[in-house]
Amino acid sequence: MVEKHIQLAENSVEKETTTINLGPTHPATHGIFQNIMEIDGERVIKTEMTVGYIHRAFEKIAERRPYSQITPLTDRLNYCSAPINNFGWHMTIEKLVGLEVPKRVDYLRVIIMELARIADHLVCNSVIGVDTGALTPFTYVFQWREKIYEIYEGICGSRLTTNIGRIGGFERNFPDDTWKKIHDFMDGFPAVLKEFETLLTRNRIFMDRCIGAGPISAERALNWSMTGPNLRATGVDYDVRVHSPYSSYNEFDFKIPVGSAGDVYDRYLVRNGEMWESYRIIQQALDKLKGMDSSIFHADAPEFYLPEKADVYTKMEALIYHFKIVMGETDLPPGEVYHSVEGGNGELGYYLVSDGGRTPYRLHFRRPCFIYYQAFNEMVAGGLFSDAVVTLSSINVIAGELDA
Amino acid sequence: MTKEIIQERLNQAFTGAALQWAEPWGMLECTIPADQNLAIVTFLFQELGFQFLTDITGIHYPEQEGKELGIITHLHNLKDNIRLRLKAFVPVAAPDIHSLTSVFSGADWMERETYDFFGINFVGHHNLKRILNVDEMDYFPMRKEYQMEDPTRLDKDDEMFGR
Repeated sequence: MVEKHIQLAENSVEKETTTINLGPTHPATHGIFQNIMEIDGERVIKTEMTVGYIHRAFEKIAERRPYSQITPLTDRLNYCSAPINNFGWHMTIEKLVGLEVPKRVDYLRVIIMELARIADHLVCNSVIGVDTGALTPFTYVFQWREKIYEIYEGICGSRLTTNIGRIGGFERNFPDDTWKKIHDFMDGFPAVLKEFETLLTRNRIFMDRCIGAGPISAERALNWSMTGPNLRATGVDYDVRVHSPYSSYNEFDFKIPVGSAGDVYDRYLVRNGEMWESYRIIQQALDKLKGMDSSIFHADAPEFYLPEKADVYTKMEALIYHFKIVMGETDLPPGEVYHSVEGGNGELGYYLVSDGGRTPYRLHFRRPCFIYYQAFNEMVAGGLFSDAVVTLSSINVIAGELDA
Repeated sequence: MTKEIIQERLNQAFTGAALQWAEPWGMLECTIPADQNLAIVTFLFQELGFQFLTDITGIHYPEQEGKELGIITHLHNLKDNIRLRLKAFVPVAAPDIHSLTSVFSGADWMERETYDFFGINFVGHHNLKRILNVDEMDYFPMRKEYQMEDPTRLDKDDEMFGR
């Protein structure tokens, strides 16, 4: 229990604590959500989280949209790692219709998903640095996030909200200059991440600010349904890529980095460890791609995959499928599936109920941010206010994922 | 622990409940009576190792009379890596179901979200109020009677494709 500094007489109209608003727009929140904090001096007594400022009713919108047009909605969940959300949604539909995807598509997806994870963790970890007063590492690694965005750009044409890939594969094969960018990234990135770690990991100020800040025990983290790096920092090795493998992740050799104390520093270390593992996964995927038929980039699924434009003009079937896909007239079989992927922040789940029509009957996103952010009060209550700010940036709350 | 053992143990423990089992797309699914949801989840938590609550959400079937609203709970046994989906149905006139917050702290916001969108009343929840929508809202927007757009609009009426 926190000792109170001010003792007031009973029935006093004054309060012993101060109420402050952290947010909705505040440099420490990195997004639009509010914390109403009761503080006593520098100590946080309790905090009440208010969310919903950028709620966009995606689940309702999805009930009117054809399946292929829901992909852009998933971009806007965790926009720091949008490709993972896109592929997760495509894989949900592939699971529902029982579509087998070629191995090469799996590996290409793995490369992009792991690049997205690196981009996501780079933002989160470097922003912990910014919030503890170290701006330099942030500027270094943001160049490299930029390089990842250029790789997305080469494949799908956009950078932040990617809408990458299609049901069954990719809209086009990876261009040659994108392959060059991927290889350049793989050549240069280890030195950068090493430098980043040298700047922060054993930095005295950084360690003093992070160690012991915002801790949570493994038992409580599980009870709060936390997933992703935040859960793994407490020592629980739950990773969707290992527990429910998708996209051929079972063929890859990688470790699950775990922490022990579940504090800010462990979250930082787990994310850094994951970046190294992601790098190894990409290396393995690149190796596996060698010797494969490089012309394959999508499954043979004419009901979902747009045909070549030349075929649309000359072939009857291609024209029919083109028309049906563009007008969103492809019916899916009735059924219920739950598919989850390991997003940047944890288990990103899609619960899809289809009644056999062209749109979902019900679609629910299990958004990891929304679920673990409710534990924020428990993590910061009793700690210093400055710890609360660092905790907020270390749990990587993305407003888009919070509110859907 | 296998799926068969889970089915057997639950059927034994809740003989009167008439549990209906299914396994669509590899996920074990059980339809349970709404008034026993807390007892069943507590049993799963304590006896069968379902220590992780993945998700709680709702669904609305307006044509199912007497059980229009569904509460869908996904549980996960992390040790044996088995996922389980529980479904309970309540009438739209009295959408009451026990809250799971006494077992899982994480059920708090999931239930508030489900209340917010479907109006399901989680009995025993300590702070059941709207979370994503504005407090002044006086309807539950994810129910099927609320259409996305004003259905009387003429400019969006397309005989061939308008839906």
